Amino acid sequence: MFNQLLPYLLAGISVGGQYALIAVGYTMVYGILRLINFAHGDIFTAAGFFMVYLSASLPPAVSIPLVIVLTVVLGFTVERVAYKPLRSAPRMSIMISAIGVSYLLQNLMWYLTGGLAKQYPVLPGLSETIRIGEATTKVVTIVTPVLTVALVVGLVMLINHTKIGMAMRAVSVDFETAQLMGIKINNVISVTFIIGSAMAAVGSMLFFTNYTAVTPTVGAMPGLKAFVAAVFGGIGSIPGAMIGALIIGISENLIKAAGLTAFSDAFTFALLILVLLFRPTGLFGEKTTEKV
Amino acid sequence: MKKLIALVLAVMMLVPAFALADNVIRIGVFEPSTGDNGAGGKQEILGIEYANSLAPTITLGGEEYQVELVIEDNQSLTDKAVSAAQSLVSKDVSVVLGSYGSGASMAGGDVFAEAGVPAIGISCTNPNVTLLCDYYWRICFLDPFQGTVMANYAKELGATKAYVLTMLGEDYGVGLGKYFVDAFTKLGGEVVEENFTEGTSDFAAYLNNATAAGADVVFAPCATTYAALIIDQAAAQGVTYPLLAGDTWESSVILEAAKGKNVKVYCSTFFDENDDGAAAAEFVSGFKAWLNENADKKTNNGGNDIVAAVSALGFDGYNVALAALAAADSADPAAVAEALPGVDYTGVTGNITFDENGDARKDMAYIKYANPETGAFDFVKTQSVDD
Amino acid sequence: MKERKNARLILSLLGVAAIYFLGWFIEQRSGSKSMVVTVLQKGAVYALIAVSMNLLNGFVGLFSLGQAGFMLVGAYTYAILTIPMAKRAAVYQYYDGGWVQFTVGVIPAMIAAGLIAAVFAALIGIPVLRLKGDYLAIATLGFAEIIRAIVQWDTIGPLTNGSNLLKTYPTLKNIMPGNSVLFVFLVVGVCIGLILLIINSTYGRAMKAIRDDEIAAEAMGINLFHHKQMAFVISSFFAGVGGALLAMYQGSLQANSFKSSMTYEILLIVVIGGLGSVSGSVIASFLFIAASEWWLRFLDSEMLVGDFKVPLLAPGFRMVVFSVVIMVVVLFFRRGIMGDRELWEIGRRRGAKGGRIQ
Repeated sequence: MFNQLLPYLLAGISVGGQYALIAVGYTMVYGILRLINFAHGDIFTAAGFFMVYLSASLPPAVSIPLVIVLTVVLGFTVERVAYKPLRSAPRMSIMISAIGVSYLLQNLMWYLTGGLAKQYPVLPGLSETIRIGEATTKVVTIVTPVLTVALVVGLVMLINHTKIGMAMRAVSVDFETAQLMGIKINNVISVTFIIGSAMAAVGSMLFFTNYTAVTPTVGAMPGLKAFVAAVFGGIGSIPGAMIGALIIGISENLIKAAGLTAFSDAFTFALLILVLLFRPTGLFGEKTTEKV
Repeated sequence: MKKLIALVLAVMMLVPAFALADNVIRIGVFEPSTGDNGAGGKQEILGIEYANSLAPTITLGGEEYQVELVIEDNQSLTDKAVSAAQSLVSKDVSVVLGSYGSGASMAGGDVFAEAGVPAIGISCTNPNVTLLCDYYWRICFLDPFQGTVMANYAKELGATKAYVLTMLGEDYGVGLGKYFVDAFTKLGGEVVEENFTEGTSDFAAYLNNATAAGADVVFAPCATTYAALIIDQAAAQGVTYPLLAGDTWESSVILEAAKGKNVKVYCSTFFDENDDGAAAAEFVSGFKAWLNENADKKTNNGGNDIVAAVSALGFDGYNVALAALAAADSADPAAVAEALPGVDYTGVTGNITFDENGDARKDMAYIKYANPETGAFDFVKTQSVDD
Repeated sequence: MKERKNARLILSLLGVAAIYFLGWFIEQRSGSKSMVVTVLQKGAVYALIAVSMNLLNGFVGLFSLGQAGFMLVGAYTYAILTIPMAKRAAVYQYYDGGWVQFTVGVIPAMIAAGLIAAVFAALIGIPVLRLKGDYLAIATLGFAEIIRAIVQWDTIGPLTNGSNLLKTYPTLKNIMPGNSVLFVFLVVGVCIGLILLIINSTYGRAMKAIRDDEIAAEAMGINLFHHKQMAFVISSFFAGVGGALLAMYQGSLQANSFKSSMTYEILLIVVIGGLGSVSGSVIASFLFIAASEWWLRFLDSEMLVGDFKVPLLAPGFRMVVFSVVIMVVVLFFRRGIMGDRELWEIGRRRGAKGGRIQ
């Protein structure tokens, strides 16, 4: 029994870890701006394309850090251009702007790449296959959960023990008061987007090493699932996002194992709706009350 | 408000005027150059363009006309296909060629039928393309045939249990999968069927399911975008069963995905580069030279000069359209539609005549093997079905 | 005062009549092949759907992203009910002709399309409308995706034809041959007229009160859930009818095209037109469709001016330019074309500045 389930579990943990790295970006941005950053999935896709094009001429030692830098620049720019001018606008406007950015990024990538799938390059040390028990898989399947946990622990330490982390926590509790206390809101928000984008870039390397075709819309589904994971774990909570993502990754694969393949995506949304109805704050979220 | 009106007027002035020049005949090319089927659509366009470069004019009623190709991208999507088809129709084309992908062809079919413009399907294999549309003809074989061919071949490979994987919401794959299942069960085989959803990247679970079910062959007709992922993950899992698919898999995308990996990939297709017929040989050498002369054309072919079957079909499609125009002796779409059923043309993919549904009478498929060592397709055999 | 009101009414009726005449005239003049006719048809269909979405997002302040799901239900209901008996065997080729073995007329099928979509909305609304703001948005988006997965499910294939196209049902061009634009305009006009009546009724005023301040509205004795549910069901009814019209326009139907990106497109139309403006949504629909389907199409193909090859033009460039324009509107013209005013209100009073939908 276990031997039969092992390959599904491995795939689930690996894809869950990759969702987790995307979910971190969602949950941090939502925690601070109360914004569902619809463009986050597309930033993840863009990181994939950066790698495709950069690795054509550069060795991995150069291209990997460069991909992270470019993705961070993209995330930062999106925030500055599309979200910052709307800081005082109604929340619906910012969300619409996020949808607009997502639309723009997808169309732009479609145009630049000709809308065709690009083969992701082979990253040394990740693409080789190994055997675990009865299952054969790529090294990246094992690396992903380890790296994800390490990054999340590092991030939690950063938030709990550094000055910028304290500022982030303050802003997420109360935007206006934090501003009055002299916290430079814009810097905090920028840092949030930078961290989120960097995580998405790392996530994209792991994801595309496993699933080697990059298309302009490939990030949409993982993006939505990562968002669901963030909600499931309790939006604003980084460990929650990780655990939510792992649960979604594993259950998605188990559902496919059960033969209900047509519903693997629908399941994610059903889970989301159930969580929203019965525990809107998710597994680890804090309870908030609506203020008049 | 004033600003708005000014903006609208400014935009309207940008609308290009399509002045009808004298002595020009337009042939619409209704193909995807972006989206899931973009790679294949581009290769089909190449065949049409090459044919156009060889035969750029036609004489009708004693007067020589320039043949102009009007290319419209249907983005491999059924909803975009409707507006692309409308755009073609509005540009007064006499006849339409395409599309790669049955879904887009069926969606566009209604627009062509309502406008009375005949369309010639090049590589769309779903029976309903012509069955449900009186203005669609087609020059390739159909899915019931292709599904049977691949089922027979699976049997020949010694398979007793097949795992069939298709994409939910894709006419081509789901249809072809069904015909394969019918034929394979008729041959005494067992079948497990599953679907994946659009945008899926993770095929590990599907391949695990195939292994767990004890399948000894996988039949996965789908767009090349997904095919590349399936092949890569099959190799990573070290599966031992062969992967079979239909005509879409005959693509350099597949070769690239399979290259250097331990996988066995077979597909059926319309044409073989090493066909020893004179017309075919002449086409292959000419087409290769043309690709090598034009760098951007070669890029569209996937960066190499391997001749895809759809390019050969595209070449034939263009010439069938010319033959119909010549038979009608007119550029009027209605006249062309009337002349099409009577066309008898022998091209590089064999003889083309249409039956009462508007389908070409074709009864031979080529089975090819994606050789992971050479990165090219090896011809395995031709197969026909007698029923 | 009364005279002025009468004059205004007559003026509006004349305006509507003029639009209808113009639509009819353009089709007679340019023939069904031309792109103008296409734009008029699709623009009108999108106008209805955008207005139905605006009813929720702009007038009640419910941020719902489920429109594509309800359109899908409406479109499928219409198509399934109207495919001629003689063609069913061919359309449902893998399902032995399907379960539904009767055909109804176009108008009853369209009403059924709206009703079934409304029933779905009523069921979904009970749990979902308790959610607030962006949670509601993401939950409705999720439901739309679930609906799409169910429709494509092979087990109910005999009903929905699974993954395969539905075809051969009555389309715009064969319902009223030669007058397709007039037909769409009539249906869409009646529907939008009904929506306007609702907006100007007590219900409508209660909806606006909820939008402006939910807690205050509740304190005034407005039953929040009841009104939200009502608006959700009404909006979905018209989205369903809009879906049926879209099916007629397209001539073939596949669940795959009703993705979340379709909802986003409609949302962008609503925003460009102005949240809370019915006429804004209508104008924006026609502009949006004309720009994306027609005016900007030349950006997708190579162009030679003399020997000079215009740079950047390649497949996909149209959508890039288009999305940049949308971003400019979203960022710099946040109130859209009409703000929250209506066309017939221009000059009567100036609308309040700034967004007030929270």
